[in-house]
Amino acid sequence: MKLELTKECALSLAHEAVRRGATAAEIIIRHRTEFSVSVRLDEVETLQQSSDQGLGLRVLIDGKQASVSGSDLRRDTVLSLMDEAIELARATSPDDTAGLPDASEFATSMPDLDLHDTAIEQLRTEEKIELAIRAERAAKDYSDLIINFDGGGFDSASGTAILANSLGFAGEYSATSCSLIAVPVASEDGKMQRDYWYDVRRKLSELNTPEEIGVMAAKRTLRKLGARPVPIQNVPVVFEPNIARDLVGDIFNAVSGESIFRKSSFLVGQLGERVASGRLTVVDDGTKPRGLGSRPFDGEGLPTRRTVVINEGVLESYLLNTYTARKLGLRSTGNAGRGLVGAPSVEAGNMYVEPGPHSPEEIIKSVSKGFFVTELIGFGVNIVTGDYSRSASGIWIENGELTFPVQGVTIAGNLKEMLNQVEMIGNDLDFRGSVVSPTLLIGRMTIGA
Amino acid sequence: MSTEAITFFFDRYGLTEGDIDKLLATALARGGDYADLYFEHRVGSTVNIEEQIIKSAAKSVMQGVGVRVIIGDKTGYAYTDEIEFESIRRAAETASHIARTGGSRQPVAVNATLNTLDLYPVETPLSSVELGSKIELIKRGDAVARRYDSRIREVQSSITDEMKYVMIASSDGRLVGDVQPMARFGLSCIADDDGNLQVGRAGGGGRIGFDFFENELTPEALGEEAARQAIIQLQAVDTPAGKFEVVLGPGWPGILLHEAVGHGLESDFNRKQTSAFSGLVGQAVASELCTVVDDGAIPDRRGSLNVDDEGYPTSRTVLIENGVLRGYLSDYLNAGLMKSERTGNGRRQSYKNIPLPRMTNTFMLAGQDTKEDIIRSVKRGLYAVQFGGGQVDITSGEFAFSASEAYLIEDGKVTAPVKGATLRGNGPESLKHVTAVGNDLELDPGVGVCGKDGQSIPVGVGIPTIKISEMTVGGTRR
Repeated sequence: MKLELTKECALSLAHEAVRRGATAAEIIIRHRTEFSVSVRLDEVETLQQSSDQGLGLRVLIDGKQASVSGSDLRRDTVLSLMDEAIELARATSPDDTAGLPDASEFATSMPDLDLHDTAIEQLRTEEKIELAIRAERAAKDYSDLIINFDGGGFDSASGTAILANSLGFAGEYSATSCSLIAVPVASEDGKMQRDYWYDVRRKLSELNTPEEIGVMAAKRTLRKLGARPVPIQNVPVVFEPNIARDLVGDIFNAVSGESIFRKSSFLVGQLGERVASGRLTVVDDGTKPRGLGSRPFDGEGLPTRRTVVINEGVLESYLLNTYTARKLGLRSTGNAGRGLVGAPSVEAGNMYVEPGPHSPEEIIKSVSKGFFVTELIGFGVNIVTGDYSRSASGIWIENGELTFPVQGVTIAGNLKEMLNQVEMIGNDLDFRGSVVSPTLLIGRMTIGA
Repeated sequence: MSTEAITFFFDRYGLTEGDIDKLLATALARGGDYADLYFEHRVGSTVNIEEQIIKSAAKSVMQGVGVRVIIGDKTGYAYTDEIEFESIRRAAETASHIARTGGSRQPVAVNATLNTLDLYPVETPLSSVELGSKIELIKRGDAVARRYDSRIREVQSSITDEMKYVMIASSDGRLVGDVQPMARFGLSCIADDDGNLQVGRAGGGGRIGFDFFENELTPEALGEEAARQAIIQLQAVDTPAGKFEVVLGPGWPGILLHEAVGHGLESDFNRKQTSAFSGLVGQAVASELCTVVDDGAIPDRRGSLNVDDEGYPTSRTVLIENGVLRGYLSDYLNAGLMKSERTGNGRRQSYKNIPLPRMTNTFMLAGQDTKEDIIRSVKRGLYAVQFGGGQVDITSGEFAFSASEAYLIEDGKVTAPVKGATLRGNGPESLKHVTAVGNDLELDPGVGVCGKDGQSIPVGVGIPTIKISEMTVGGTRR
């Protein structure tokens, strides 16, 4: 007999775990339907469609914890997994800090964050294919130099997440998303370059048109043709929004409670201190309507909220779940993340740099010699030390103008300095994802070649 | 041993060969050239220690079937997490929609065959070992790391293991199975010298049993290695920026090959002609000293498989021979379209994913020189022995990988440790600058994860000590 995928069922399972020996328990149930079409040269290349479901269970026995997960939702199987979890928990060590949040902290009202779009669910397969084909065609039609494609397509997903625990919290929400991407390849003088452009939204009506995406993908690809390195030098670096978001991701890793309590961050011990340029304000907001990082309650059932992480250069808040908050003597910021298995992690909501006053054009005009970065490769960011070193492509700036394309160089620095050298911030903030940024100008980095 | 997996699925889920035939026929009912079913049952466990306590233990069970239909260069795919006839039939029906040509194709009745390879006949897989024994191992590693130096602060360690049963049935009549154990032991620590924080990491494992961590790679060795790295980094100075002679140590630095040539030689990119290596077979893409292979048939290795995820036996594929590009890594689809040999490199993350051409264990064969001679031959350069991860753009050929433990070489001697920096290069060009290849080939200890198209799979890399006459180092010191 299969379990029902409902809040009530999850709640009863949590209570059952306590009946079987746990002192506390949490149940997560997720189910999801996914669709994906990739196209190439005007034809469908792959077509995938499926549904899946999963259940996760975490039990605590006097501070000892264990978790299990499975996708076989027959009652007997789940109950037997539950017994295994209880047995596993007994073998671990008591951890005073582990444990469910305080009962008073759970979300009581569930705001409707407008995360679900029936239009996505109702979109027919042929229509989805058509969107993908149109995007590719728009890129191809843009220039004869676009000769090939390496991927590109349309994805949509629709799912429901349920969380319940033995303290009586039970919550549920549904969400959808759709994305469209084009990945053109261009060739000139026997050398190929590829780039991409995409959009991802919770609502179909907010998605860029296929033509907008295709044309932008083509433009970005073409501007890489003829790229060459530049000599080693220290110059200002402008990060376009699609790349600047990586820096916001790095900031997230540095302010995440998981890094802070483990002393694995260059921002350890810096709460209340100036850590960045006074122009920089970084916010995390899990309540933004239709945000890709939004949800009505976090991975432990606490209300999500808007947290100012860096306020005009001063580090005002870490991003925390209950465990890391307790470790640091602070309060959770409603940023618990959750996989099906494992203890809660820390997850960003919608994290962004607040837009500034300058257009991207103004920012580029202000640079007499520098590097406009449009692509970064490699994982050379050390959050413990702030050391930063990545391979880059982009466009050289000379006298405020974008000139020739650059490739085959590295940019290096240290995040501690880079944050303090944010000299200009763009007004071009666009929530094309859950971790985003406007254009940023960083005063000085080392170009290696 | 391979019939063990087939028996597992048939008995546990009440399926027969006749059912398999019917399901494949459903998949091809609208037409198509080929269909396959990938059955998977996976049990994974993790236990970890942090702050000297066993913080958690976890177990996850997943199972399902993926159905694939291929027609020409098109693929239809659907999966179900219910291994029972009707659910699989519905998935086959969904996948069949890729073929709109009409007219059905009859699959060949499947016939179970034994695998030719038996690379991991593990007696005591970690999945069968009780939690207490694994806890013992991680406690031992933790203790050694902490004792190494008073400046070692946080130590985190975990053992992750899995036991996977797979069964693959394809419309060409193939029915094979495999039992795939895997384990990985990882340890990391933070050194804190008056606010100077540094990290060190060590890990290893493979398709091995519990005794591996007693005989081959002990917790003590891992604890010491991670702590040693963290302590060395306390002294690291800024890395220079620019082009330098670079010496790579043996083992995990083989990630150079994975990024520089490995991905670029996956046959899907070459069939579509989007790879910087497209059309270069027969041409020099590396110095004569370089012979690079991909070999999925090495016993015990993390990157090894008896059969790939399309049911085809793995083997050694020579990618580059004495500097000349010989071939690509293929799966069923791309080998067919390129009219080339299958190489047993069709791999997928799970039953939820379409197989793609992927690497297994990718390494360079040993040469003649000694490590000492190679280092002595460098006037001014970088000696890099440990790396984090890497990444590549296969169209332009641009790749990067990040050193986590590196030293200056000055007048033929290894001197100061330098902060981790990214090394970058261009695939078809960089290996042309390999001017010395050592006799000390090592494969990595069993920690590699490769991502492509959203699918992560375990891989191995390897290399002897090599010298590259010129490579860009992304430092901060001019």
